[in-house]
Amino acid sequence: MSKSLMVDARAIRKSFGPNEVLKGITLEVEQGQVLCLLGPSGSGKSTFLRCINHLETINGGRLYVDGELMGFREKSDAIYELKPAAIAKQRAEIGMVFQRFNLFPHLTALENIIEAPIGVKGVAKADAITKAKELLASVGLSEKADHYPSQLSGGQQQRVAIARALAMEPKLMLFDEPTSALDPELVGDVLDVMRKLAKSGMTMIVVTHEMGFAREVADTVVFMDGGVVVESGSPRDVIENPQNARTKAFLSSVL
Amino acid sequence: MSVRDTARSDDIVAVPLRHPWRWVSAVVLVALIGSFIYSLWSSPNINHEIIDKYLFNEKVISAALLTVILTVISMFIGTVLAVIFAVMKLSPNPVLRAVATGYVGFFRGTPLLLQVVFWGYLGIIYPKIEIGIPFTDIIWFSEKTSLVFTALVAGIIALSLNEAAYAAEIVRAGILSVDAGQTEAAKSLGMSSGYTLRKVVLPQAMRVIIPPMGNEFISMLKNTSLLQVVAVMELYARTSQISSQNLAQVELLVVAGFWYLVMTTVLSIPQNYLEKKYGRGFSVADQKSRWMRIGMKGNV
Repeated sequence: MSKSLMVDARAIRKSFGPNEVLKGITLEVEQGQVLCLLGPSGSGKSTFLRCINHLETINGGRLYVDGELMGFREKSDAIYELKPAAIAKQRAEIGMVFQRFNLFPHLTALENIIEAPIGVKGVAKADAITKAKELLASVGLSEKADHYPSQLSGGQQQRVAIARALAMEPKLMLFDEPTSALDPELVGDVLDVMRKLAKSGMTMIVVTHEMGFAREVADTVVFMDGGVVVESGSPRDVIENPQNARTKAFLSSVL
Repeated sequence: MSVRDTARSDDIVAVPLRHPWRWVSAVVLVALIGSFIYSLWSSPNINHEIIDKYLFNEKVISAALLTVILTVISMFIGTVLAVIFAVMKLSPNPVLRAVATGYVGFFRGTPLLLQVVFWGYLGIIYPKIEIGIPFTDIIWFSEKTSLVFTALVAGIIALSLNEAAYAAEIVRAGILSVDAGQTEAAKSLGMSSGYTLRKVVLPQAMRVIIPPMGNEFISMLKNTSLLQVVAVMELYARTSQISSQNLAQVELLVVAGFWYLVMTTVLSIPQNYLEKKYGRGFSVADQKSRWMRIGMKGNV
């Protein structure tokens, strides 16, 4: 295993009841790289993303983040479930951005951002506020610190959600269709923030339908369908010159 | 801001529609209610002097105070237990779930009056209360039950345990009303389930919990009158004790009714405040006031 591997997924399987959603996903993401997951809905890309931070428990395979097995402990041929506290600790190092933002509606933008650093990492409140204000500035929302989520547009909420995830200083960021719930004119601001984040060297896995973003920002593009990886490679290879018939059909329908 | 500002010369100026039946029904109802009140007021069978004498009587007022104290204490204990039982009912642990379900079923399934009497009679089942290590001679505490479980303590226990069963369902409904995405977001930030419950789920559930809990509070206030049967001198017990001596039953019912009405009205006020507090970030009206506050502070 190479030292610079941030995500190392080996033959990940996941079923919901009799329905096998992931049928052996193997992929690697190096540190500082951006991987875009493409595919039709129901292909298992969101489920795979949720397996990475153990929001879903995998049924088979091994998933390592930064060399650490996620959700389990392996010892002399047996595999043990981790305690909730240990899982929470692993999750705290992985940021996640949801399609529906999932900001805490009873807290202001600033309070949303400082809650976890104070409550989980034990950061002093004053430091957390300073950091949160920097983050809000970096996503272009300095004036919205005291606004509640219901007073923000979808694009603004999603940028606050990104700032909230970044406040935990994660080593990996997961984006689950971050622009799918947005009005078209608000998509650009969110993508700009993500582009800046990618440039800063953050390791990112992005489930998206934004082909322009994938082509421009991704180091690797993975096309999934029916719970398997159909095709992967550089954006140039996968998006502009797909080899597999399913990839071709999907791309021609979205482009 | 008002309609006047935008009035224009070509606006329609119509003769408003008349509603004669509204007037007729209002007059009839006022006449009916008025004559009923007058019949009570002028009845030779109701002695106004007795009402006047006991309305602000020291014994009556202190009994009303006891009623408030009983209500607040029982409500507090009941609510704390309710949160515990609600969380137990939602727990993945099947033992906790079964215990909570059994508890709620038992205390909702028997009349409150029966429970009150039961706690009052506890001394018959357990004449002595001892705390120590079973099957040894080590005893740290030993006392006659009737001295520990006084009528007051028995009453508070009965009301609290009964309230916990009802409120547990209200709290559980509130917790279930919070979007699952909230818990997921909290998990993804590394929050523990306890922290998520306290900081993310319960504050949002409160919005749904408070209106029915306001109802519970008012029910509780009135249910304290059941403690009469174990001889707790709350408002109803006190007024009926007085009326058994002077035989002015109706007059003292009026006195008791007046104070119950005053207390339920006053206790409804905090509900309004709590609804505003936990509606933070949800209601449009609140957003406006928040905007104004931002404007007044002048900085972020």
